Amino acid sequence: MAHGVPMTDNRIRKHPVIDFERGEELYFDFEGKKVKAYEGETIAAALYANGLVKFTESKHRARPRGFFCAIGKCSSCIMKVDGIPHVRTCVTPVEEGMKVERHGALPEFPKEVVSRSPDPIHRDVDVAIVGAGPAGLSAAIVLARYGVDVHVIDEGERQGGQLVKQTHQFFGSHLEEAGTRGVDLAVELFEEAKRSGVNIHNNSTVLGCYPDKRLTVESKEGLEIYDTKGIIYAAGAIENFLAFENNDLPGIYGAGGVQTLMNEYGIVPGEKVLMIGSGNVGLIVSYQLIQAGVEVVEVIEAMPHFGGYQVHASKLRRAGVPISTGHTIKEALGTEKVTGAVVHKLDDSWQPVPGTERELECDVICIAVGLHPDNQFLRQAGAEMKYVRELSGFVPIRSEDMETTVEGVYVAGDSAGIEEATVAALEGKLAGFALVEKLVGGSKELSDGKEEVKAGIEQMRKGPYGEYPRKGVKMCTLDEEVC
Amino acid sequence: MGEYKETGVLTLEDIVKPSADRVEKGPVVVIECIEKIPCDPCVAACFKEAISMDEITDIPNVDFEGCIGCGVCVTECPGLAIFIIDCTSDPCTVTVPYEYLPVPEKGDIVYALDREGKIVQESEVVRIRSSGKTYGVTISVDKKNIWDVRGVEVKA
Repeated sequence: MAHGVPMTDNRIRKHPVIDFERGEELYFDFEGKKVKAYEGETIAAALYANGLVKFTESKHRARPRGFFCAIGKCSSCIMKVDGIPHVRTCVTPVEEGMKVERHGALPEFPKEVVSRSPDPIHRDVDVAIVGAGPAGLSAAIVLARYGVDVHVIDEGERQGGQLVKQTHQFFGSHLEEAGTRGVDLAVELFEEAKRSGVNIHNNSTVLGCYPDKRLTVESKEGLEIYDTKGIIYAAGAIENFLAFENNDLPGIYGAGGVQTLMNEYGIVPGEKVLMIGSGNVGLIVSYQLIQAGVEVVEVIEAMPHFGGYQVHASKLRRAGVPISTGHTIKEALGTEKVTGAVVHKLDDSWQPVPGTERELECDVICIAVGLHPDNQFLRQAGAEMKYVRELSGFVPIRSEDMETTVEGVYVAGDSAGIEEATVAALEGKLAGFALVEKLVGGSKELSDGKEEVKAGIEQMRKGPYGEYPRKGVKMCTLDEEVC
Repeated sequence: MGEYKETGVLTLEDIVKPSADRVEKGPVVVIECIEKIPCDPCVAACFKEAISMDEITDIPNVDFEGCIGCGVCVTECPGLAIFIIDCTSDPCTVTVPYEYLPVPEKGDIVYALDREGKIVQESEVVRIRSSGKTYGVTISVDKKNIWDVRGVEVKA
């Protein structure tokens, strides 16, 4: 199975919550074999659907590697596509007749340099927003309503960021779309953005962000240079990894990566899944795996208690899934791909308890041990950054209106610190209002809008689960006199 | 921190229950949501205004006298944490939220599950209602089991 493409089809045909609308059938070439795909799938999704698990290999010892994040953040799925090496197959749409092949860790640069356009395309715009998730789209809608020329740049094929894989009903206030499934919310936001006159550029990857409010972008048209009067950086988050023996085997995937594969492309990751981590992501993805007909053999959690909401854990327990707190993974089993895992108990000082090792049979191990903010281009732009544990990583110092220390460059959503989608959307709105003030001029309506959004964010951060963001945001917000 | 934080399984001591008198009177809601999380669609769902919160992170406060046990909230709760018990019929019924395949049909005999997914008894599906893709499945349950049955499994 490690080489070649076995004749399988891992696509989900019936699902309790999602109707998968697949595009036209098409065929592409994978290492000399004809592979079936559907329009709208990425190369990685189509290959996984056909049973491929080894996407690349390590530089040393040529160990097999699978995909990990499935959203273009980790480079674990790079292949040669139509002669170009290092293409992230998880964010590259599959096309009829495409030639795809795997390459080693360090492929040769093609002798004949392929360039899509010899000269960069210059764009002078009012505002560029990086990321078409809840934060980016919410910001864009506000700006467009006030007549600002706003461009949203996203490397994905679809809009909505990670909302597109959130098939569960949203928590949060019913005034802020709670009870709506994220996937429906993505469509609503996108439709509203279109109606408001927002320009959306998908399949466009930001390559750099500069202090003079300039962005460089790679799109199908080639290199684009955006000169702007304001930037809102809302690129989301990156999944954390975990150290254990054999952790690079195909079959070990980010929980979010599995969610993308399963809920966005309608492809099951395997038959039996071990979930590592019991925050809301781990608990929710476990539930969604069961909905897709996949067995979740166990959820393990190193802490003495599970991390997510009780209601999510209770839902899983009712489905018969064991949750083992005070447990961690020792090693993954298998050579070409995961065939099982060894887990063991931890004592009060996080040391393995001898004699508690047990072997579990599974073909997928999901890593759900948190996320960290995706914001490295803000550092490039010169924004002052600070490590804030409560926000899960380095975050930019910002004003109460979400402006970084670089004038005119704003941040919103998970790039500003890991929280959830409702807060991301509200932060996007706040940055949007603030940029309208800057570009169009202030008004009572705008300052009222800002106050309302701030009150909404404050509401969402109440309660014990809001303790971390409450504390974290204080540590990096300028007007609150801590930094 | 309660033991539920290790197990994911609530005990009857963790839950705010309607009184025995109220249970005898007619169908009534049981909300098994005990943490202060930022979530309030149940408040908006109840047209009898029997569920209230001062702040979005409050635990839902139920006015059991005002609740008519209609079950609208069952399919609106994103946490699938709301149930209806009804002891005005014999056997009693329990309504649980359901989002799997296959969806059971009225008259089907299904397994009634407890909070750990263990089979408590076999039950007949007496009513199905849906809101979007979430179903509220009402099953017959022996009176002695109404505080244990919280899930449904369709027989293979």
